Formats: sequence, C-alpha cells, structure tokens
Amino acid sequence: MQRAAQAHGPGPSAKLELLEGLLESNDAADCARVAVAWLGVHGHSERILCAMVAGEPPVLTGLAGHGIDHASVLALQISLEEREQPLARVLRRGTAVVLPAGSEALAALPWLQRKPALAIPLGQSRESELRTGLLIVSPASGMGAQVARWVAELLGPKLSRLTELRSLSDAEARLERERRLLSNIINAVPDPVLLTDTDGRIVTSNTRAEALLAATEIESEGRRRAVALNNMLFSAALFQRAMGETGVARRELLLVDPIDGADLVFELLTAVSRDQREGTGLVSVLRNVTDLRRATEEIEENLRKLRMAEVSVRAERDRLDLIIDSVADPILVTDLAGNIVHMNSPAERLFTASPDGDEAQLRAVRANDTHFSTFVSNLLLTRTDRRWRRHVTLTDPETGSSIPMEAVSGKITSNQGEVTALVTILHDRSEAIEKAKLYEQVKAASEQLEEKVRTATAELVHQNELLQRQRVELEQASALKSQFIANVSHEFRTPLNAILGHTSMLLEGVLGELPASQLRALGKVDTNARHLLSIIDDILDIARIESGRLPLHLGAINIGELVTDVVTQVEPLIKRSRVSVLVKVPPRVPPLHSDRQKVKQIVLNLLTNALKFTPKGSITVKVTYEKRSDKVCIAVADTGIGIARADQEKVFEDFRQADSSLTREYGGAGLGLSICRRLAGMLDGSITLESRLGKGSTFTFTLPRLRRRRS
Amino acid sequence: MGKLKSPAPGKQGKSKEGPLILLVDDFQDNREMYAEYLVHSGFRVAEAGSGHEAIEKAVKSLPDLIVMDLALPGMDGWEATRHLKGDQRTRKIPVVALSGNALSGHLRRAKEVGCDGFLAKPCLPRTLLTEIQRMLVEHAKGGAKKPTGKAKGKGKGD
Repeated sequence: MQRAAQAHGPGPSAKLELLEGLLESNDAADCARVAVAWLGVHGHSERILCAMVAGEPPVLTGLAGHGIDHASVLALQISLEEREQPLARVLRRGTAVVLPAGSEALAALPWLQRKPALAIPLGQSRESELRTGLLIVSPASGMGAQVARWVAELLGPKLSRLTELRSLSDAEARLERERRLLSNIINAVPDPVLLTDTDGRIVTSNTRAEALLAATEIESEGRRRAVALNNMLFSAALFQRAMGETGVARRELLLVDPIDGADLVFELLTAVSRDQREGTGLVSVLRNVTDLRRATEEIEENLRKLRMAEVSVRAERDRLDLIIDSVADPILVTDLAGNIVHMNSPAERLFTASPDGDEAQLRAVRANDTHFSTFVSNLLLTRTDRRWRRHVTLTDPETGSSIPMEAVSGKITSNQGEVTALVTILHDRSEAIEKAKLYEQVKAASEQLEEKVRTATAELVHQNELLQRQRVELEQASALKSQFIANVSHEFRTPLNAILGHTSMLLEGVLGELPASQLRALGKVDTNARHLLSIIDDILDIARIESGRLPLHLGAINIGELVTDVVTQVEPLIKRSRVSVLVKVPPRVPPLHSDRQKVKQIVLNLLTNALKFTPKGSITVKVTYEKRSDKVCIAVADTGIGIARADQEKVFEDFRQADSSLTREYGGAGLGLSICRRLAGMLDGSITLESRLGKGSTFTFTLPRLRRRRS
Repeated sequence: MGKLKSPAPGKQGKSKEGPLILLVDDFQDNREMYAEYLVHSGFRVAEAGSGHEAIEKAVKSLPDLIVMDLALPGMDGWEATRHLKGDQRTRKIPVVALSGNALSGHLRRAKEVGCDGFLAKPCLPRTLLTEIQRMLVEHAKGGAKKPTGKAKGKGKGD
C-alpha cells in the first residue's frame, strides 16, 4: 500500500467519485464514512479516523475509521473541555499538525500504535473556536497525507455545513419541545392564563382561558354570547389597569360560565411582561374564587348570625335583669353555700344597709339576713322538694316596721340535674292581710246589705200585694162604673121610650087629629127626645170603650161591600136631603182584616156627619189602597159648611161641635167624632180632617189593612 | 092589673077577634102606650107588670104572642121566658124581647132562653107593631116554628 501511495495520487474519476459520494450524503456520519472509505481505497494511509466535535462541553466523537476496528471508532470519546488537551489545541489552531510518535495526543489514540499521525482539523464552526471535526491519518507523511489533506479540504466545509444544519434543527426541535412543555405547563395550570398586548388583544392563552374567552362558529348561540360577554368584561377589567403600573395587580372579575351560564367570580391577577422584541404585554391569571367567595359569604353569614345571637342573648339577659329588677317583690339568688349572688333592687332595700344608715337600720338588715339565711339553709339541708314556701317576718330597714312575708323558693338545676342555685321571691303579705281584713268587713257589710235588701224586698212584696188589691178594687170600681153607666142608660131609655112612643103616637094621629101648632110643638119634643137618646147612646159607647169592654172582633172585610151597606143604611137620610152621595171604590182592593162593626160605625158616623153638615151639593165616599204601606183610606168628602182651621182639632173632642149653636141646629151630641177617633185608635188607624170654611170638609179614615192582634 | 082593652078605632078596625098580644113591662106608661097602639091597630091586648104575672096570664089566656121586657123586677124577662118556653102549654107562643140595654150580651141571652125576636128600646110603637105582624105571619106559616130547644123547663113559677 505504501508503494501505491508513493507512486501516484488518485485519478480524476476517483476524485469525482468522492465528490459524488459526499454530495449524496446529508449526514455527517455518512459523509465521514464515505470520505474515510474513499481514503482507504485511494489514500495510501494505513489507518484513518474521522471524528467530530459535538456537545457542550465539547467532546470529540468518532464517526468512521479505516484500519481500526469499528468498536474502537464508536468508543472514541475525547473530552475537549481542557484547553491544553493536545487535540483541543489542534482543533483550536485550525491547521494540520503531525502528532509525533510518543506524543501525549497519541496516548488517547491507542490504535495508532504510537506511530506518528497527521491530524487535520475539519471545517470551521461559527459558534465555537474549535473546528468541526478532525481527520487523523497515519503515516503522517507521504502520498496518504497529501490525499488526506485534499479530502479534508472537501470534507471540512461539508461537515461544518451539515453540523450547522443539524445543530439548527436540533435547536428548533429543542425550541419546539420547550414550547410544548411551556404550553403543557400553562395548560396544566388550573387557572385561566392569558397574555395580552397593549391593545388588550389576546396573544396567547391556555385552554382554561379559551374555554371562557374563545368560541368557534360551531358553538351554540348562548355560549357565543357568554363568551362575548366575558371578553367584554375581561377587556374592561384589563383596561382599568394602567399599562404603566408595575407589580402584580389584583381585582375581582365576574364572568359567566359559557357551559351552564352560572356566575363565576375570579380574582384577576395581572402582571406586566416586558420583552425587548415582543414589546410590553400583560399576563393575566384568573383565579376562580366562586367557591371561595361562597364559602366566605357563608362564613360571614354565620358570623353575623352568631353576632346576632350573641346580641339577642345579651338583650335577653338584660331584659331578664330588667324584669327581675322591675318586679316589686324582692328576688334573691343564692348559691349552694347560702351566699346571695344576685338580688333585685327591692331585695337590696331589705338586705343591704345604705352607707349613711344608722345603727337601727344596720340591725334590721342583719336580722333580715339571719332570717333569710335560716330559711335558705333549712331548704338546702332538709328539703328534697324543688319548691317550698314559708312565712317569714322581716323588718323594713327604713321604717323599722315588721313586714310579714311569704317566701317562695325554687331550686335551679343544671341540665345534669344538679342544683346550682336557689331563687327566692319574697312577697309582702301585709297587703293580703289587709285585704283579708277588708274582705271580712266587706262581707259583713254585704251581709247587712243583704238583710236590708231582704227587708226592702219583703216591704216591696207587701206593697205589691197592696197595689194588687188596689188594682182589683180599681177594676171592680171600673166595672161598677160601667155597670152604673149601663144602668143609667137603661134608666134613661125607659122614660125616653115612653116619651118617644107617645110623641110618635100623637104625631101619627093615633089619639086623634091635632092642630098644626100642636103638631109643631110635638115635632120639637120628638127631635129633642131623639137628640137626648143619641147623647145617651154616645155616652154609653164611650163608657164601653174607656172601660175596655168593647172587644175586637177581627175578621175579613170587603170594604166595597161595607161602604155600600153603610150608604144603604142611610138611604132614608139621603133621600130626605138635597145631597147626592157618590161611592168610589177601586176594583181591586184586597180584603181587610179588622173589626167590621167598628169600621162600619166609623164610616157610618162620618157619612151621617157629612149629611148633617151638608145642606146641598154632594158627598163622596172614596176608598183607596196604598200598597206600599198596606193601608186602606176611606175618605168622606162633602161640599158642606166646612170647619174653620182653628176649630179643626176641636171637633174631635168630647161634646164638641165647631159651633155650639150648631148642636141645636144640626142635632147630635158632638160625641160622634170623638168616638170615631177612639174606635180608629182601637184599630190602629187614624182620622184626619181637611176643611175650608164654606167649602166643605174631608174626613179621612186610614187603617192598616191587617190589624194585628196585640201581643 | 090584666084587663082587656077594647081596640081603639084604627086601620085594622075594631076586631074582637084580633090576635091576642101579652105585653109584659113593669113600666106602666110604656105598657099602656104599646097597648093603646096595638088595640088601635086591631089587636087584643093583655098586660102583665112582672115575670110571675106574665107566666100566670100566659098560661091562662094563651096569647098569640108575648112582648117581654127583659129588665123586670123580681123574676126578670129571661127567667120568665125560660119558664114559658119550658111549659108545654106556652112553649109555642112566640116571644119578642124588649130591652133598654142594647148590648149583644142581652140579645145572646135572650136567644138562649128561647126568645124569638128582639127589639131595643127605645122602640117606637110602630116598630113594635111591624115586628109583631112579621112574627105572626112567620109563626102562622111555620106553625111551631122554632120553640128553642135550649129553653130549660124549670117548672112553673107560682
């Protein structure tokens, strides 16, 4: 091989072959292999090694070898960290160096077997002071070395370029990895994180932030709206932060959960990030504090409740104190040792001496204390019942007078049932005693009164009996009076019967014809006798009414028929007069329920009265029925002499005619209207009069259609 | 006192055969007045001044009609009527009661004891006459028209 090497160098075709091989390789190791293999064939070197500088700190790593076993090539790892390392020096210097036999550098390359070798630095590195690689050939001189130098010329730049490319892609991959890591880290953060530029535009954000602030077209309308709202809220929150501010700012931010629309409360932390190249931006971290906030609110609410409870407990206690103090009765609370632990002001009056109190007052207080202590210890030591009651006599320290008291004690027990204190209420019994005394007095007085009432009642009963007797007597007297009147009337009638009878016989001529003058005189006798009779009849009627001996006979009455009856009855009178009588009864008057005879008597009376005082003209008897009040009116209107206004009420009085001279002219006792009024009264009716002197009169008898029996 | 008066001249003429009317009244003036008028009207008239006398005369002369004043001293008109109506001999004779007391109680009681008619005083002779004539006609038509069964025979008075 040496021979060949000495003879001649490789031909152009071999060189072309190497160039092609290098061009085809895109990898440093491939290039090294191609170059080393070509050298092995054409370079006349016994041993060849191609190594490359890689890593940080730099290490010289074997790539390919010729005349060296493969494992040794791959095992070659020479640290170049030390600047004085001989190979590092070679790589730094950049020129080919012969490594002489026995040199230090050869120690690291055992396969050279200590033979001198030529180390040719390969390529150039832009970033490092070291060359890219190293081509070592042995022997160090001759054709082999020349060919190796030529190959190094080609291989160096190629390796440098490839290394550069690789380191570039390595950096890229690293960058990508870092970016991914960063992104993973950001995404792993459970809080939304965003970076915004100075205009508030989102530069980058993690998935949590995207969920809140980004929406794609395919998402629902509601969600998109929520996102839009969130963006608005977020921008507004950011805007509040002045860009010039430094440090971390915190503020609260309310957003909407785009998924379920719930309100979310965030704490927005923003920090300014300044970068030479990227410019100023804002990093925002949104911390979801909704739950926190809710918890805080709950805690606050509980705290508030607690405070309120505390306040109410305090108020309750104050009120209790107030109540206890305002109780007029002394109240004392004693512990189990018998010491007074609490008392209200009335109790204080009894059991504490005022600072300016005198000796007597002090004594009284001490005596009270002793009494009370005895009472309490009795209860505590001997009694098992919860309550007990005793009479205790205490002394009023102010007046020195003794007060009879009733002491009522109750044991206060804890929840566990053990007695913790005693409450004693003292009640002043003097009032009760006083009351009892008063009660006795009242009772005595009441008994006296009762006795008096009994006496008075007996007296009253007696008086009543007397009255009863008098009433009976009066009734008897009244009956006697009526009887008397009836008798008198009978006694009157008997002679009148003779007078009227004889007169009529004379007038009839039964006892012989009489001269006209005697007949006239007899006529006057007759008239006056009849007048007398009518007076007697009226008196009898009034007596009957007054004595209540005129009973009511209620029944159904057809008022039309009744009026016709009456008119028929006075037909002779009508015929004798120069008056026409008209009857007006509406076709449908419901039947009356009243006393027929009395109604008839009234109508008859009114009609005869009208006839009596109506020399000529007409009389109208008109019946009307007033549905609303259920009353019937019977009006008798005449065109007679009339009654002056002043006399209109008088005509209803007993023995009255408007003009007493009329009595003689018209006859009648003047009792008719007064009877009518009485009768109308019995029927719950009334009689009214309307009249004008000389024009006529209208008497109206009004009565209820239904006369109800008086209860 | 009972005496037959000869009828005075009148429309009916003097008829000894006219119906006999017994007038019972304690007041003589009235009795005589009615008697005079009835006689004048053609009746025969007997008079009685008391209840006892009325019963006695009625039994003896059996009049065609009795006019009975109710208010009589001693035995009153109701009592006398009850007797008459309780006696077989006189029970068919119509009785017209006369009363000065025109109370319904009087009328009711009169009907109870058997009176056939009732007139209130004052009663003009003409009114009495009209009533007597009406009752006689009625009596003649109906015969023993209605001797009121309610009349209680108390035995004859003396």
